[in-house]
Amino acid sequence: MAKVGTGVRAMGAVLAAVLGASALAGCSSTGGLRAEQRAARASAEGQAAGRAAVSTPNWTVAMVTHSGDGDTFWDIVQRGAKQAAEKDNIKFLYAHSDQGQEQAQQVQSYIDKKVDGLIVTLAKPDAMKDVLAKARKAGIPVITVNSGAEQSKAFGALSHIGQDESIAGEAVGDELDKRGKKKALCVIHEQGNVGHEQRCAGAKKTFDGSMTNLYVDGTNMPDVQASIEAKLQADPSIDTVVTLGAPFADAAVQAKKSADSKAEIDTFDLNAAVAASLKAGTLGFAVDQQPYLQGYEAVDLLWLYRYNADVLGGGRPVLTGPQIITQRDAGALAGYTDRGTR
Amino acid sequence: MTTSAPPVKDRPGGPGGPASGDERLLGASPLRKLLGRPELGAVVGALAVFLFFAVVADSFLRMSSFGTVLYAASTIGIMAVPVALLMIGGEFDLSAGVMVTSSALVTSMFSYQMTANVWVGVFVSLLVTLALGAFNGLMLTRTGLPSFIITLGTFLMLTGLNLGLTKLISGTVSTKAIGDMEGFPSAKKLFASQLTLGNIELKVTILWWIVLVAVATWILLRTRFGNWIFAVGGNADAARAVGVPVAKTRIGLYMGVAFCAWISGQHLLFSFDVVQSGEGVGNELTYIIAAVIGGCLITGGYGSAVGSAVGAFIFGMTSKGIVYAEWNPDWFKFFLGAMLLLATLLNAWVRKRAEATR
Repeated sequence: MAKVGTGVRAMGAVLAAVLGASALAGCSSTGGLRAEQRAARASAEGQAAGRAAVSTPNWTVAMVTHSGDGDTFWDIVQRGAKQAAEKDNIKFLYAHSDQGQEQAQQVQSYIDKKVDGLIVTLAKPDAMKDVLAKARKAGIPVITVNSGAEQSKAFGALSHIGQDESIAGEAVGDELDKRGKKKALCVIHEQGNVGHEQRCAGAKKTFDGSMTNLYVDGTNMPDVQASIEAKLQADPSIDTVVTLGAPFADAAVQAKKSADSKAEIDTFDLNAAVAASLKAGTLGFAVDQQPYLQGYEAVDLLWLYRYNADVLGGGRPVLTGPQIITQRDAGALAGYTDRGTR
Repeated sequence: MTTSAPPVKDRPGGPGGPASGDERLLGASPLRKLLGRPELGAVVGALAVFLFFAVVADSFLRMSSFGTVLYAASTIGIMAVPVALLMIGGEFDLSAGVMVTSSALVTSMFSYQMTANVWVGVFVSLLVTLALGAFNGLMLTRTGLPSFIITLGTFLMLTGLNLGLTKLISGTVSTKAIGDMEGFPSAKKLFASQLTLGNIELKVTILWWIVLVAVATWILLRTRFGNWIFAVGGNADAARAVGVPVAKTRIGLYMGVAFCAWISGQHLLFSFDVVQSGEGVGNELTYIIAAVIGGCLITGGYGSAVGSAVGAFIFGMTSKGIVYAEWNPDWFKFFLGAMLLLATLLNAWVRKRAEATR
């Protein structure tokens, strides 16, 4: 036992030494944090420190989403919401759970806290129905974002802000037709996700060629890659692969390379890597639903409602997408994807 | 791979001690040895799965497909090897899946934040990951709590740390791209390159996998540490009584898992450049399934490294075979579950027969 203890101490010492020493030695002259800092110094913008633009009371707004842990997409939504909150002199709170019941409980706790406004997603509408009725009873204005366009009005929300998944899918189908594609693959990384199915179904509807779905395990990247690779090998006539999330586009590009396929890779959502690949031409196009807008607009609309009783959309969803982004637009967007707002 | 498996030399913990007393049994010895191999059931299962998909999926038998199946199997197999060894030693590691992600995150973030050569990050990540393994082992041996609790705790903590630290340091939930940094190309060569053999593309992970299986088999069957593993897994108290360093063995096994998690993590990082902090959850079960299909007993004391490789291969064949066969993937998990049950039943049956002939 004693021996084990000293072993661990020795390892700790080695670790500390390495951490210290490597800061001095073995530096990379390319990339890394220093490059980022240099770039930040070079560009004068980005300095606009947030300060409230209005002098309304310090209202509190809470957002509760169905996001899982560590999702890039919801990170951008939050960023939009936070920046709008800062400008509107609003205190912003955030909670999330991919379990419907848990999400409803989080909403309930914000109602108990008597927040001034609520932003929720309705990915699991049945679980949220009762709690939203309670919010209405407590006089808290609610705005739904992202998912639940159909239920939003019936549940008493002021507005819905988001992309209609079917319409987004249809836009993909149209774009594929325009590009003269014949046989496409729709890669679903979360089996049982209604929004994902709607996207692929929408694309299938407007696409003149044939489209099949492929289910992959989204938490296991090598598996995603191997599955797409296998599918491309099984059917060499596939000329398009559509992924439903930005991180999976890169895996699809690698799968295409390994399978020696000529297929074009297209994707939903945007991130820095997707913007770079679009620019380089390894990706055909990306469909952006502008998550930043979903967060930003929701907070801003709650402020407008409190301040001016404004309502947007008249009960119809306010669409934030789809925006089709190709090689031409990619260069202009790169800066925004790097700072995590696109 | 399996027909040339080394003979079962001495395996303490098994019920049969010296079997040489009965001369009548000596003639049947090679067959009995074969039947006593833990991976026999898995090999039979693997052959069945292979033949099955060869018949139903015409693209399954192509050489390029073989490369893909092997790649899928290798990413599981690299982790299944130490998980199998740990299981033979009688313990579990539920943190193995997220530890892979942790190790990739450490390399990426350290290199980026320090603007260091990527190799420095790779080395730091090795130390950090080994420390995580040592933590698991130490907690287990010091507290005497079951490994289920200890590693479940580590699993949850690592999941939180992956997300929290990444967000704190990078500002987003995935790491920054490090593909343009010094050392990246050479590290990619070691962890995520492709080798062209004839007309098949083979990922370097396959090589790592084969080496790990060979080393683990050698450790299990030819070294003193291997004997300790079997002894600790079979009966820890008895092992301690005859002077086996039980605590040291267990810590070593957990560090073995950590080492392989490091290899997998580096592969993840260098093949995709950017790592998502939420990845890896759920993969620990995949590794355990591969080890169990491969003939490891959940209760410890029995199993092999080759078996874990066969288990991973079955896993890879099944998951990709369903794609090649262009089946409805809704049924994939059902198929996998049925396969797991069948393989385990077959293992149990074979073992019973083997013991009956003793």
